[in-house]
Amino acid sequence: MKETSPLNLYKFLPQTNCGECGEQTCMAFAAGLIARSRKIEECKPLFDEKNQKKYGKKLDQLKTVIAPEVALVYVGAGDQQLKVGGEDVMYRHQMTFFNKPPFAYDVTDAMNEADLVERVKLIDAWKKFYIGNWETVEMVAVRSVTGDAAKFAACVKKVMENTEKPLILCSFDPKVLKAGLEVSAAKRPLIYAATKENWKEVAQLAFDYKVPVTLSVPFDLDGLKGMALTFAEMGIKDLVLDPGTAPNGEKLQESLQNFIKLRRAAVEEGQKDFNYPVIALPINAWLTTKDPVRGAYWESVLAATFVIRGADIMIRHSMEPHSVMPDMHLRFNIYTDPRTPVQVKPGLYKVGNPTDDSPVFLTTNFALTYYTVESDLGSNNIDSYLLAVNTDGIGVQAAVAGGQITPAKIKDAFAEAGMDFEKTSHKSFILPGMAAKFSGELDDLYGYKVKALVGPEDSGRIPGWMEKQWPPKK
Amino acid sequence: MGEKLNISDLNKQLAEMDVKSLEGVTIEGDIELEIDAGAGGAGPLFAYYFGEEVAKVAVQLVNMAKAFGYPVESLLQPVAVAQAISPAPPELAAAAAVPAFKIPDTLASAKFSVGTDKTWKTQVQEVQLGATKAEGGSRGHVIKIGGEKAMPFFFDAAMPNRPVVTIDVFDMPIGMAKAVKMHYEDVMNDPADWAKKAVKEFKADMVTAHLISTDPLIKDTSAKEAVKVVEDVLQAVDVPIVIGGSGNPEKDVEVLSKACEVAQGERALIASASLNLDWEAIGKACVATDNVCLAWTQLEINSQKELNRKLMKVAGVPRDSIVMDPTTAALAYGMDFAYTNMERIRLGGLKGDEELNFPMSSGTTNAWGVREAWMINSPNKNDSPWGDRMLRGPIWEILTGFSLAMAGVDIFMMMNPISVAYLQEITQSLMGLVKAETPDTTNWISMEV
Repeated sequence: MKETSPLNLYKFLPQTNCGECGEQTCMAFAAGLIARSRKIEECKPLFDEKNQKKYGKKLDQLKTVIAPEVALVYVGAGDQQLKVGGEDVMYRHQMTFFNKPPFAYDVTDAMNEADLVERVKLIDAWKKFYIGNWETVEMVAVRSVTGDAAKFAACVKKVMENTEKPLILCSFDPKVLKAGLEVSAAKRPLIYAATKENWKEVAQLAFDYKVPVTLSVPFDLDGLKGMALTFAEMGIKDLVLDPGTAPNGEKLQESLQNFIKLRRAAVEEGQKDFNYPVIALPINAWLTTKDPVRGAYWESVLAATFVIRGADIMIRHSMEPHSVMPDMHLRFNIYTDPRTPVQVKPGLYKVGNPTDDSPVFLTTNFALTYYTVESDLGSNNIDSYLLAVNTDGIGVQAAVAGGQITPAKIKDAFAEAGMDFEKTSHKSFILPGMAAKFSGELDDLYGYKVKALVGPEDSGRIPGWMEKQWPPKK
Repeated sequence: MGEKLNISDLNKQLAEMDVKSLEGVTIEGDIELEIDAGAGGAGPLFAYYFGEEVAKVAVQLVNMAKAFGYPVESLLQPVAVAQAISPAPPELAAAAAVPAFKIPDTLASAKFSVGTDKTWKTQVQEVQLGATKAEGGSRGHVIKIGGEKAMPFFFDAAMPNRPVVTIDVFDMPIGMAKAVKMHYEDVMNDPADWAKKAVKEFKADMVTAHLISTDPLIKDTSAKEAVKVVEDVLQAVDVPIVIGGSGNPEKDVEVLSKACEVAQGERALIASASLNLDWEAIGKACVATDNVCLAWTQLEINSQKELNRKLMKVAGVPRDSIVMDPTTAALAYGMDFAYTNMERIRLGGLKGDEELNFPMSSGTTNAWGVREAWMINSPNKNDSPWGDRMLRGPIWEILTGFSLAMAGVDIFMMMNPISVAYLQEITQSLMGLVKAETPDTTNWISMEV
């Protein structure tokens, strides 16, 4: 959606201020549509069948106006369904990026059953805690290595027995794809791929099984566009574009430029006939090396390239922590909504059920820092108090360097939060290790009545620190 | 190719026509009725509405034909009219509603084109680091950074200068992550050897002499004593250098001013002037000794503008002697702020903000402060295993730096030699500078890994 004025969406709404959506007025709902915090489906009267004469035309127009600049394609079914594409901006600060590109990790039909099941379970169960959420892997890509349709179907079936996650079926042979679809079509997998050679058969499959389909025409955007137009003409519009991901050399530069071109054409130029989501293949790093570390690193670097500039979905290989972890965080950072506040309210928080004997920690009100410390205390069952000092949302290390946290500010923050150290049995608090140099000045400020203990530099080490240092020696 | 209309469009267009004044109107091309048979298919309800729409269209067409003077009535027998305006049996309408799926014989031919960003009118300032003997310094060669006319690696305009890496050298041994320390243990007591190793073995484009021992809370080394390390490093290597203080706002002014004197004429990058300290003194010291001033702010674009403006207008630092450090928050530790702040700064500069169009520097080593980069195991027992930290650390530094390269950073302050190599390889690949035969990418499906 390019529209930025609620007024221009209001005119398509019922304008009855019925309140069914939870907003007081239709104008407020229109503002919610602009902010992407509301969905049109939440305006019940607009969709009510008996209102179609009255609102049908408005609804059609509204749908057109609010359609995302990069088309939105649904992959998978039910709870596990994923949104692919649907982006509206070129740069994240212009609004936000909406749908993080799903990572599909590969398995093959050449794997023996035990290895296959083990890998699917690894992909299915992978998780990491980060800023209050669990990061997980979204998809499994099944590659046809044998070229045998029956083996492929058996592999797809086995994968589905071990994960609910949506699939990408990967083969250039329509017979193989068909065999895979026979066992998985109900789960709405993405198929990869139609090419200049097989496109007729693959189009028929996409039509017959009603599944989204990837169009693969590497390093030829004219050809890719021609194929997209042809599929749209046939009525197949749940498309994903593969413009080619070269893992090295000058073609890698061309690959990135193609991704940028496609995103710009869709988002900045409104080329509606060629605005489908785009797939990247960081897995191609493994075409250049067999070295496990080199391959994983280079794959991560390629993934970063395309997460930042224009990929809407990607196929990956390395499940090594040193590849998955950094890429998950990178994707999280790039797809974090810059409009949402990243600060917690300054003040004194309780973790667990603290008593007068419990330790008193402090950190900054930068949300990431705060939640990290809180999680480190909570998940290790450390009942405690945690003071979030107002640093305007800057982390400890930077705030110490920049003066947003000082001994005086710490003392003021405790006073404002009503912390009475006299009541505690230990008469102390624990400084972040990054702010160790404040301890002397704090002792002075408190006239040696309250002790500023120096904690570890990373809150992950608090449990170890507690074992050695808590309670403090008198 | 015929114009595409859906039925609602057609009906709307016809309804809006004043049929009485259609003289001379011709309808060209085929009219294609597109029916979205996607979700739900063509159920009875759909068929009903479809019929209704068709009927409306038919009525409009009849009216239009009448307006043209065609004797429509003669064609319309009462029975036919009745059939046209009443809904057809659902199953019949549904059958008619779904257009036959037809695969054409050939792919459509198409031409894709996309324009450049016309709002990018201003070039980023090019800044020379280092000066040769002929230029009043003593470096073997100089390095130019900046000069971009487009976002990094975009096709709008080629990047004139490649991103460069400066490896950190400290004037005293410091604590560092195991994956970094292993590369420097043998040189940690000698900054000159450290600098040599960084350049010769680890292919650093530049080295940074960090005078951290000057911090009153560390060793409180005097400025005079500390800058001997700068002289040693200038002797040891002939690449351009960066000189850093301890981060103490009072002491840094004295230390960096003195450092400027010993680096007279070298166009060293002086790290750094900030709004928290006497930026004017540091700016003027850079001007007086022909060094380059690094303008450091904390993740705030307006502060960056203010500092740059003050350095130019008050301290008199010329445009070609300013580099910005808008602060690097590392991957998983606020990288989104650093990334977007830098991307906005670069876009602002390209769009003509002359207080922002300077090259950018990143303190990429901040990556090593992130627990995921150095901690042996996750503090959260429910996390999937974190694997070998010796492998996690370098990729953390690579991706922190590379992400910010995509946002516009020109010079990276780094430590791990593996990270340095990867950052150089990917940025140069994306500039098209790395020649390599690209394998047939269609083989990925069947490859064995």
